[in-house]
Amino acid sequence: MSLTDTIVALATPAGTGAIGVIRLSGADAIQIANSIFTGKDLSKQASHTLHFGKITNGNVVIDEVLASIFVAPNSYTKENSVEISCHGSAYIISQIIKLILSKGARMAKAGEFTMRAFLNGQLDLSQAEAVADLIASQNAASHQIAMNQMRGGFSSELQALRSELINFASLVELELDFSEEDVEFANRTQMKNLILQILKVITRLINSFELGNVIKNGIPVVIAGKPNVGKSTLLNALLNEERAIVSEIAGTTRDTIEDEMSIQGLRFRFIDTAGIRETDDVIEAKGVARSMEKINSSAVILYVYDASKTSLSELQTIIAEFKPIIEKNNSTLFLVENKSDKNTAAPYEIEGLRHIQISALLKTGMQTLENELVKLVDLAALASGESIVSNLRHAEALQNAATALEKVLNGIDNPITSDFLAMDIKQALQHLGEITGSISTDDLLDNIFSKFCIGK
Amino acid sequence: MNSSYDVIVVGAGHAGCEAAAAAANLGSKVLLITMNMGVIAQMSCNPAMGGVAKGQIVREIDAMGGYSGIITDKSTIQFRMLNRSKGPAMWSPRAQNDRMRFAEEWRLALEQTPNVDFWQDMVIEVIVEKGKVVGVKTGMGISFNAKAVILTNGTFLNGVIHIGEKRFGGGRTAEKAATGLTEQLQSLGFEAGRMKTGTPPRVDGRSLNYALMEEQKGDENPGHFSYKDIEIPKEQRSCYITYTNEEVHEVLKEGFDRSPMFAGRIKGLGPRYCPSIEDKINRFADRNRHQIFVEPEGIHTVEIYVNGFSTSLPEDIQLKALHKIPGFEKAKMFRPGYAIEYDYFPPTQLSLNLETKLVKNLFFAGQINGTTGYEEAACQGFLAGINAHRNCTNEEAFILKRSESYMGVLVDDLVTKGTEEPYRMFTSRAEHRLLLRQDNADIRLTQMAFDMGLADQSRLDRVNDKLAQTANIIKYLKEKSIDPAAINQILVDKETNEIPHSVKLINLLLRPQIELLDLAKGDTHLQEMLNNIPSEFIEQAEIAMKYESYLEKEMEMVGKIKNLEEKVINPDFNYQSIVSLSKEATEKLLKIKPRTLGQASRISGVSPADISVLMIHMNN
Repeated sequence: MSLTDTIVALATPAGTGAIGVIRLSGADAIQIANSIFTGKDLSKQASHTLHFGKITNGNVVIDEVLASIFVAPNSYTKENSVEISCHGSAYIISQIIKLILSKGARMAKAGEFTMRAFLNGQLDLSQAEAVADLIASQNAASHQIAMNQMRGGFSSELQALRSELINFASLVELELDFSEEDVEFANRTQMKNLILQILKVITRLINSFELGNVIKNGIPVVIAGKPNVGKSTLLNALLNEERAIVSEIAGTTRDTIEDEMSIQGLRFRFIDTAGIRETDDVIEAKGVARSMEKINSSAVILYVYDASKTSLSELQTIIAEFKPIIEKNNSTLFLVENKSDKNTAAPYEIEGLRHIQISALLKTGMQTLENELVKLVDLAALASGESIVSNLRHAEALQNAATALEKVLNGIDNPITSDFLAMDIKQALQHLGEITGSISTDDLLDNIFSKFCIGK
Repeated sequence: MNSSYDVIVVGAGHAGCEAAAAAANLGSKVLLITMNMGVIAQMSCNPAMGGVAKGQIVREIDAMGGYSGIITDKSTIQFRMLNRSKGPAMWSPRAQNDRMRFAEEWRLALEQTPNVDFWQDMVIEVIVEKGKVVGVKTGMGISFNAKAVILTNGTFLNGVIHIGEKRFGGGRTAEKAATGLTEQLQSLGFEAGRMKTGTPPRVDGRSLNYALMEEQKGDENPGHFSYKDIEIPKEQRSCYITYTNEEVHEVLKEGFDRSPMFAGRIKGLGPRYCPSIEDKINRFADRNRHQIFVEPEGIHTVEIYVNGFSTSLPEDIQLKALHKIPGFEKAKMFRPGYAIEYDYFPPTQLSLNLETKLVKNLFFAGQINGTTGYEEAACQGFLAGINAHRNCTNEEAFILKRSESYMGVLVDDLVTKGTEEPYRMFTSRAEHRLLLRQDNADIRLTQMAFDMGLADQSRLDRVNDKLAQTANIIKYLKEKSIDPAAINQILVDKETNEIPHSVKLINLLLRPQIELLDLAKGDTHLQEMLNNIPSEFIEQAEIAMKYESYLEKEMEMVGKIKNLEEKVINPDFNYQSIVSLSKEATEKLLKIKPRTLGQASRISGVSPADISVLMIHMNN
């Protein structure tokens, strides 16, 4: 794959829309566009200008279009770029792209515009990843994270951390390289405090990964319960469509069914499961095992029960059974009393658990359930614009940095010599650098020379 | 007069001497030209060798058969292993030397090296034909022919000395500057720059009151630099420490209006880590005292080097300020401190073998490349000597990796990044410093030097013996268990926990409090093993075991970047054809012509994105 040629792709979703935007990028982008464009000479137009004209193939007019000109380096890819807005017919679009290809451009690979933006220094790695996330974001919250990250919010927080750490590393280097001189030594208590402070921020970022991740991929909500308590009916009510087959027959749902739904801008992934019971039916038994698996891997468990058929003590036994699972996975258990239309008795009082009465069939109580689900997400963190990590690579790098910093702490407590401390610090810096760009020894020395009086 | 040589070395400082010795020992016919045969291997600044990172360099030169370590050992008047309290990568040998003895030993060593001829004269021109150097022309009008020329002009090129408002041409105090050569090199297309350095006053030791200072003794069991186990002189000297104070600073400030630095008469950039005393007072005004090291210049001479008091203020101010320092109240000055400005050639004009890119077979080494320090100069001279010889014999360039030596780090830094201020080595410049230790320079480098004919058989035998003995000890400690009864008392004495049942010896060695010699007290066989080998071998085994996990991690990191370091870029690679490289990167890459992708990644202005682009293109 060459990185210097001119690439073309349809920038709007395929299918018939009112308009389609075809994007070209590369050294020859403007020249190629100009060769099929009848109107002004595009090669002589200023950057960031818009021009009306016709796309023609020989004498045949294909469409009337608007061409936007971006002259390198003032474009997203930092290359010459043209965006042609044409009418949104699949035929017209394919004709124009074919024509452009015949003039020497080639089809862009998935993500290639962003890759070029990265390779040309427009974006750093985490920003480029954010663009990919942004394009894929399907709900308000993940859109916000991706936007924040693309604007550098995430990188800049790490940059700040990095420079604190460089300060610290410089002090240790100073101790090592200028040990013969009258230099100040790195105060171990202060060092420790600094590391603890940095660890706190890193830990917060690591923890935010869980939040970032669920926002990006949808919060898994499993609907569990005994057979025939109305789990599938609840799923259908939440999705507002007949997704699962419902019947009066216990054990109708034999396998798990998943679907996604955006509630108040947050993406949830609902998983309907086979009712849990002892069964001799081989297929149903497999379904039950699958249910347990899903319960174990979900952030939220909606435990649905039929109050008319479940006693308080029975319910308490079930809660006790769930307890270890919840504790292990740090998940949340919701009690959902279904069929409130049939059962008029007051709900059981159970302390410390969210408890909602609904009728999935009549769709009553659904709004309350949705509100409760949204409440689970730490919206405060989102709204405050705090950095949230939503990318596995970043989370791993942070985790590695944290491990290295823990080692430094350990090294301070059980004194190891500062050259080994320095090595652990360097490791931490390197892991942070994997996200934002790496540290060089020149950074350290510059820091030393600018701050400390050294030299015999 | 013989006028045809393989290698001509211009300048006989630390770089020139090592260059001449290395080329001659490899078999080249060498001519060493110096302006003054009376001052070969002069220590122009402080009378000391080694120190943190620099000591490691001297050990490396020695491990490869260079002379600096041997000469240092023969002229040592105080030896200290610095940083003993830190990890083994930080242990750094440092010696105070008898300045006169040092120079004499170097001269005698060169005189005894077959293949080295001498000529006292000033080189004013390198003779270049068809892009290749063929000889030099001197001030006396003599031409010498050579296949290769190494320039090691130090601070002599258009050197200007400043003391207060006085200024005069000179390469060192009381020595003439070298003129003409810079201009000729510039006419060939070389880019030259200006740098500055300085030196403190020398005083009469008989006029000092040492009772007011802190004594700094050498090590009780002094070590040495050379792997040849050269005995250092028995008689040793102490250094002393004293401090400036606010009164001293006030006096110095009186001379600021006559300071060539502050008045802007000095244009060259000086080293930030070796500032003059006026610079320290100026930049770090909040500090009310600065440390002064009082160092003897020799075993017999009374001359004293006032380390930490480098200055170019007027000589009357220098003396007046000295008198305010505790112990210096009646100090008599022998020579004032001064600043010196000189020409250097930005080292990005060199390839990794220290040959200029512009003129074939022309090499630059030492301060001419913008470095500072005897050790930095010596190792460049040594490597230039090797490579000049190899060019004469059409052998491939000898280039050391960053992961195998400080010498490799130094050359790679210079050639790849260039330097704006005088470049000094620090351990923090070496990303793999845990591997580049003073205890293992021989293991890292002697075999290579032996293979090219520079290190002799006895050096190699010693390395192989060291490796074998070390492996023996490690094997023994990993296999042998020790009973509580035999070792518990020793453990208690060392303030560490007793063992309830027998354990492998190596497990006990991993305790920070325990050394090999402690274990030997509880195990007679181990004691016998250790009795029969040099303490250096014991140290080597101990380091290998105690720091195994860190060393392994460092090796892993070397492995990670191996791909980049080993990816050789075709010298004719057409950077301009890649439009996705940034303009700055393209320019820098064209100028530096990195040998590998790893080297390319260290060029400032070449971003990780540029490297990805290069990598993608090179894989195509």
